[in-house]
Amino acid sequence: MAAITLIEAVNAALAYELEHDQDVVLFGEDVGKNGGVFRATDGLQKKYGEDRVIDSPLAESMIAGLAVGMAAQGLKPVAEMQFMGFIFPAVDQIFGQAARMRHRTRGRLTMPMVIRAPFGGGIHAPEHHSESTEALFAHIPGLKVVIPSNPSRAYGLMLAAIRDPDPVIFLEPKRVYRIVKHEVEDNGEEYPLEACFVDREGSDITLISWGAMMHETNIAAEKLAAEGIDAEVIDVATVSPIDMDTILESVRKTGRVCIVQEAPKSGAVGSEIAAEIAEHAIMSLLAPIGRVSGYDTVMPYYKLEKQYMPTVDRILDEARKIMEYK
Amino acid sequence: MTTRTTASFEIKYHQYLDADGKATQELPAFAKDMDKMRSLYRDMALLRAFDAKAYALQRTGKMGTFPASLGQEAIGIGYGDAMTEKDVLVPYYRSTGALLKHGVSMKEILLYWGGNEDGSDYAVAKEDFPICVPIANQIIHCAGVAKAMQMRGEKRAAATEIGEGGTSEGDFYEGINVAGIWNLGCVFMVNNNQWAISVPTEIQTACETYAQKAIAAGIEGVQVDGNDIIAVKQMAEYAFEKARNGGGPTLIEAITYRLCDHTTADDASRYDDPAVKEEAWKNEPMVRLRKYLEANNAWTDADEDSMKAEIAAEVDAAVKEYEAHPKPGAELMFDHLYAELPEMTKPQREAALALQAKGAK
Ligand SMILES: Cc1ncc(C[n+]2csc(CCOP(=O)(O)OP(=O)(O)O)c2C)c(N)n1
Ligand SMILES: [Mg+2]
Repeated sequence: MAAITLIEAVNAALAYELEHDQDVVLFGEDVGKNGGVFRATDGLQKKYGEDRVIDSPLAESMIAGLAVGMAAQGLKPVAEMQFMGFIFPAVDQIFGQAARMRHRTRGRLTMPMVIRAPFGGGIHAPEHHSESTEALFAHIPGLKVVIPSNPSRAYGLMLAAIRDPDPVIFLEPKRVYRIVKHEVEDNGEEYPLEACFVDREGSDITLISWGAMMHETNIAAEKLAAEGIDAEVIDVATVSPIDMDTILESVRKTGRVCIVQEAPKSGAVGSEIAAEIAEHAIMSLLAPIGRVSGYDTVMPYYKLEKQYMPTVDRILDEARKIMEYK
Repeated sequence: MTTRTTASFEIKYHQYLDADGKATQELPAFAKDMDKMRSLYRDMALLRAFDAKAYALQRTGKMGTFPASLGQEAIGIGYGDAMTEKDVLVPYYRSTGALLKHGVSMKEILLYWGGNEDGSDYAVAKEDFPICVPIANQIIHCAGVAKAMQMRGEKRAAATEIGEGGTSEGDFYEGINVAGIWNLGCVFMVNNNQWAISVPTEIQTACETYAQKAIAAGIEGVQVDGNDIIAVKQMAEYAFEKARNGGGPTLIEAITYRLCDHTTADDASRYDDPAVKEEAWKNEPMVRLRKYLEANNAWTDADEDSMKAEIAAEVDAAVKEYEAHPKPGAELMFDHLYAELPEMTKPQREAALALQAKGAK
């Protein structure tokens, strides 16, 4: 198969599941004829029909609630929120219903559903189109929150998300939708959820990130290598529940940790990882845990978004500070 | 089985000028005032020229995503003209016409779409809301504003606008419902431009009109030809008068056609039928008004030329002001977050400023 981008990988995984599982149904605003505003579902309605790839009315609570009803009937709905910033009308359905239906019914009704949403900043989008609010969803028991960082992970994790018996919030880092291409074999092989990926092995410091920030984090690791600092790089990928084993193993090896996230700093996924490390590996730490993040403020309109988002330089500064700590 | 009818409804459609600029019924008084009609024509022309300029700015990387009003100018200009400065506007992203009419400057609108929050710090329209992007939130804000006016016994109205697609959202129904119960002074404009991005109106509702959604909220719902500025203004004037005087809310469905892409980020050729669009061009609002003016000896080619030159100069001047506006500094990420920045966040502000200073060197 040819090299494809992250968004093409999403499309390929959706197509694979539509092809091989008649229970899979896609819907959302503009996902049909238009193929989604980013083209994630391009061509799918034409191929799989208007019954299975549906242009829905404009209402997010309805979209999520439909998924709940369909999932209870054994379908595998994959619903799109056009942007994560517009998911809020659906939160009632997602938090209050999807996340707890299995629990409420002692497992009688289950929610094998996926809610996809592009998220994150850096593309000069208008207001409400650039936030990173993954922590809100990671906080809710009963949901899984998955964020692929590159094309092969997008393909493998999307397959896993659709096949997972529980509700998955699948957040697509739109800034890197088209930034790199990977050779991805369209063979239907999924990647495991709740598993970190180790992008680079190293012994001096552990850099932990997910989503679009993996791009900056990996560049920072290369630059650190040139300075003689051997960084291990971990892509968390499933930000809830988190594969802490991989992270703790790395921390016990390096003793130094820098967490990189695009989201605001406080009450975030990075905070949870730091707390877990403090609980389980504090004696292995050679320096305080460092965090590079967005600021605790409203995501600015695009004129200031570059200054809001973590950069390679900010990661380097923090990593060097952590390395210098004695 | 015997039954009796407990409720029934009808929806009235209002039009004064047809696509040829011919009167379809006796015109309201203002429509016979040629100075007034010339100025409305000019307002629409300015909006169209502004949109074209905004598009060009986006295409050349000088501005972000922008939603134009092409073909829909009569709506915003029409109801905007029916507002007074005491009324409050709660706009959505395609309310450029009403914003301009209500005193928001072209520069402010460019700043907003140019990614700068300064654009929502209106110099004139002090009580107006910033542009609402999350669809339908604005409907309930409009009800809240009108409730405040009602509690204080003020003779003012609150107006908002939404696309026909947006009327599928819960917030839309919730907002018109409460406005009905409390008899609030709201004017709800529905811009039915046939499209919600790529989704046509048939997929959006099984109703034959959007106006009838008002019926379920117990409020008056009417349709107007959204390409006929006389109909839009006339109906809006009625609705504002009613709203200001305790008569309660009105929903006005203005039927038009989106002749532009959804925004600069969209490509309507993927889903819009060129033949349908070509038909729609025959109905657009400016041509018919010009024909009407010409038929009344109130407009000439020379008027058109001089108006276009004036408007171009006005728009260019606004663009210059926009471009000269200082780029926001990092402190603006923090300084209006709360009345006072929390202690916990202050170091982040310092760090952002330090990085900015480093970058400036
Ligand atoms: C709550 C919410 N969901 C989705 C979007 C993305 N979106 C922006 S415009 C649009 C279509 C709106 O169509 P319509 O209401 O008819 O208004 P129009 O743009 O045609 O004026 C969509 C889906 C949004 N801004 N807010
Ligand atoms: Mg519309």
